[in-house]
Amino acid sequence: MGEKPEKGSVVFEDVVKRYGEVTALKKLSLSIEPGELVTLLGPSGCGKTTTLRLIAGLESATEGRILIGGEDVTHLSATYRKVSMVFQSYALFPHMSVIENVAYGLTVSGIPREKAHAKAEEGLEMVGLKGFGQRLPSELSGGQQQRVAVARAIVLEPEVLLLDEPLSNLDAKLRRRVREEIRQIQQDLGLTTVYVTHDQEEAMAVSDRIIVMRNAEIAQAGTPHDLYERPNSAFIADFIGDANLADCEVIAAEESETKLNLGGREITLPHGAAITGPARLVLRPNDLALTSEPGPLAFPATVSYVAYLGNQIQYTVQSEFGEIFVISPPVAQPFGVGDQVFVEIDPQKALLVPDEPVGK
Amino acid sequence: MKRIIFQWIAVGLAGFCLLPWYMVDGGFWSFGWITDPASPENAPALLQILLHGRWWLAGALLALLAAALVQLLVKPPVRAARLTAAVAALGLGWTTLQGLVIVRHGPRILKDLLAGTAAEQGQIGFGAGAAVTLLGLLFVLTTAISGMGKGRGDAFVTGMIGLIVSLVGVFVFYPVAHILISAFQTSAGAFEPGLFIPRFFSADIWGIGCLVGQGSCGPAINSLMLAIAAGVGTTALGLAFALIFTRTNFAAKPLLRVLTVIPIITPPFVIGLALILLFGRAGAATALFSDLFGIEKSRWLYSFWGIYIAQLLSFTPIAFLVLIGVVEGVSPSMEEASQTLNANRWQTFRYVSLPLMRPGLAAAFLLGFIESLADFGNPLVLGGNFNVLSTEIYFSIVGAVANPARAATLAIVLLVLTLGAFLAQRRWVGTKSYATVTGKADSGAHVALSRGVKWACYLTALPWAAFTAIVYSMIIFGSFAKLWGYDNSFTLEHYIRAFGMKLKNGALKLTGVAWDSYFTTLEIASIAAPLTALVGLATAYLLVRQNFRGKDAFEFSTMLSFAIPGTVIGVSYVLAFNFPPIELTGTALILIIVFVFRNMPVGVRGGIAAMSQLDKSLDEASITLGANSFTTVRRVIAPLMGPAMVAALTYSFVRAITSVSAVIFLYTAKHNMATTFIVGRVENGDYGLAIAYSAVLIVTMLAVIMATQFLFGRRRLRRENRIEPVAAGRA
Repeated sequence: MGEKPEKGSVVFEDVVKRYGEVTALKKLSLSIEPGELVTLLGPSGCGKTTTLRLIAGLESATEGRILIGGEDVTHLSATYRKVSMVFQSYALFPHMSVIENVAYGLTVSGIPREKAHAKAEEGLEMVGLKGFGQRLPSELSGGQQQRVAVARAIVLEPEVLLLDEPLSNLDAKLRRRVREEIRQIQQDLGLTTVYVTHDQEEAMAVSDRIIVMRNAEIAQAGTPHDLYERPNSAFIADFIGDANLADCEVIAAEESETKLNLGGREITLPHGAAITGPARLVLRPNDLALTSEPGPLAFPATVSYVAYLGNQIQYTVQSEFGEIFVISPPVAQPFGVGDQVFVEIDPQKALLVPDEPVGK
Repeated sequence: MKRIIFQWIAVGLAGFCLLPWYMVDGGFWSFGWITDPASPENAPALLQILLHGRWWLAGALLALLAAALVQLLVKPPVRAARLTAAVAALGLGWTTLQGLVIVRHGPRILKDLLAGTAAEQGQIGFGAGAAVTLLGLLFVLTTAISGMGKGRGDAFVTGMIGLIVSLVGVFVFYPVAHILISAFQTSAGAFEPGLFIPRFFSADIWGIGCLVGQGSCGPAINSLMLAIAAGVGTTALGLAFALIFTRTNFAAKPLLRVLTVIPIITPPFVIGLALILLFGRAGAATALFSDLFGIEKSRWLYSFWGIYIAQLLSFTPIAFLVLIGVVEGVSPSMEEASQTLNANRWQTFRYVSLPLMRPGLAAAFLLGFIESLADFGNPLVLGGNFNVLSTEIYFSIVGAVANPARAATLAIVLLVLTLGAFLAQRRWVGTKSYATVTGKADSGAHVALSRGVKWACYLTALPWAAFTAIVYSMIIFGSFAKLWGYDNSFTLEHYIRAFGMKLKNGALKLTGVAWDSYFTTLEIASIAAPLTALVGLATAYLLVRQNFRGKDAFEFSTMLSFAIPGTVIGVSYVLAFNFPPIELTGTALILIIVFVFRNMPVGVRGGIAAMSQLDKSLDEASITLGANSFTTVRRVIAPLMGPAMVAALTYSFVRAITSVSAVIFLYTAKHNMATTFIVGRVENGDYGLAIAYSAVLIVTMLAVIMATQFLFGRRRLRRENRIEPVAAGRA
């Protein structure tokens, strides 16, 4: 690490975490820039929460080094790391009032009560809870509790803010509003933030960068746009936005054109690919169209399930390259179950990923 | 961290240079040692080395100084921590070793090497100086270990682990090891392993004469028969009560609740006494049956049956407590599922509920089994010629011919049986638990019992409840009767003899014979109770909240003292703490220690139950907010654990008052305890006073329990639902 250490950066160097026989993290290396909001995304058990807890110091690394702000904190206990965390359950102390909760971190680090409470009051104002200080956490709604937890974490002015699935206990509507608020506060304060979630939509909505994890290692890291447009594996393609994965064979890959064999037909994609031989074609459900007319890029299929959702219609169809999920705009005359249809591919938007099992 | 290490080095040095190293006459707190601080008895270790030639004490000093040097000179933190830990461990090891090697009459081994030195004069037990020095070394060691990155680098956690492990090691394992060793020794103290097998398997322990119709059985067989019978009986009765309590709309349920409090506040021999008043030769029931049916007055009570009835009365409430949880733990939705599948109420009970309760029933049985084996009070009062292990151990120590080796052998037999049951319970019940309590709110109602089961329960439990009520009322009547069975006229004489007081020259004078032991008991119990709660809850905190290597072994060793019968502990303390390096017999301290470590598992269980209900993220939140573990415990965990703490406190206080089995080996005339005083009265046939005293004890404990209930009941009102306090689980 040659560059000058900056306040608020987080670096993992070959960090391994094992619990007895179980490996929770395999040689993880990552680097988070100051002021960045990075999401750790992945299915449960992928190691994302372990990574977060390693940054917090709630777990200690089995091997490797962890640096925060350029300083080696691998053996430093959580108490002394300049990191605060917002817990999934909020973990508000039920026997303390809201203001005592928010001031807790300040008072335990020796700041006099009055000063701490004044600062906590500012924190509450920032999250829009001015005047709620004397209540007990149990007297607040879920969303308010969540904001108290955020206030409690940010009044300490941490170098890094950690959020562990902060929205999972809120209902769907509230979730969108709170995540916008969190993003707003994070940008106002320029706070390095690490955000853990298993909800890809949430991750896409708040992140500067997403690190997708799978089986205790990083599957792919990049901006939301990168991950959606340029997945490096079938897993990412499937996990970030839905995808149909069709087996195909790349015949010739050139700089600006890729020829491949799909279901016995040869089709040409107007962009290059780095793969030859067996591969998988990523077909996003909204990039497909169902027609009743055959065509060079339209493959025959049978409708097996139809769901009408108002703003869209979802079809499941059985085609020669497997079950395909299609989302189409609402039309007056939707297809019915058993109809013979054709699935039309948009070669512009179809992507190729290596042929490997999607896994969990 | 450096600062903490230097603090503990300073503590260690203070102990080494300022406090008397050895036990001083009249006790540390008399401060008699200050007047003559340089004498061979009173000198601190530093002066012992300089003036009295006890060079071997220097190990601790060297270790402390070396640790300080390492901290000052070695720069890389992990290496410094490792070196410090090593020298501290050496210092601890050396100091312990010298204490074990050089005893009162000089060195035990290496006699030639130490010949001609001051070691030949021997030394007495560790005193305040040694204790403080060892404590300092221990915490230097644990702090250094935390510096090596263990325990997430938390000095508070490693320190607590170190402290509790050391305490359990010294006060549970060390004495039990003494029992094991003494079973291999001849009466002269020589080591002879060949002796153990014939001793252990001797016919006067394992004899089965009574089963084949020739004379009496050995105490081991008697104990086993009694324990199996008591386990079966208490489980059956407990189940009947639990079913009535949870599955019927029986009107007098609150009265059944009383059953759960009674055993806690009943001194262990009181039931035996009450049974004597009922069924003894001069008992009320005996007289009644003799008058009505001409049944001859006999001593049948002083046999297997007497003890058995007493144990059923004593331990059924415990089984009831366990089984309430088990019966309630069967998820109603399973029973509802069974009913929707067309099973009737009897079939649902027989094929769904009962099998689900099976592990709980096994747990209740094993608990009754262990309690019966360990029971000392009832057999002591009712035993007669029916010898069981616990009383045999006692008579081997205090009998006409003291035979410590036999006591040790019997203690091992008893220990093997109780530990076997304890292990069986952990292994078998632990793995086969079909716990259906998920923490998810489980709606639905329990299915009512079928008519047959319901009446079976009523017919077993209710007569028994009535019998229990009669037995307990005997305690009240007995205490007011002049001479039970012969002269039943009302009198306050027993109370006056025990607790009389006089106003003399304006000053209140306590003339009753029981006052001394009463106050001693209260004093010792109130010192022991907070310590027990503290050690228990600290252990629970480590077990629930911290992960460290050897945690399973740690948990096992802290629960172990529950499976060690009080008589065994008593004997082992006598054997272990009568000689240097730790000489405690005859002090009040040993009574306090024995209470703390006997009752610790209760605090641990209660703490675990309460702590498991507190979301772990609460502590983690506190820690990430910059609080250290100690602050977290103080400001977050302790306030939320309030009710559990009060429960542990009350319970250990009450247990300390009612305990007799271990205490009877350890009390002295100076520190006589209420229970041992009562046993003494019983042995002299002075039942009136014994019962009056017992009644006063019960009232005292009830008052304490109700006072604490009142105090923490008020706190509960302000509490929020998610931390609804849980009463401590009880043994």
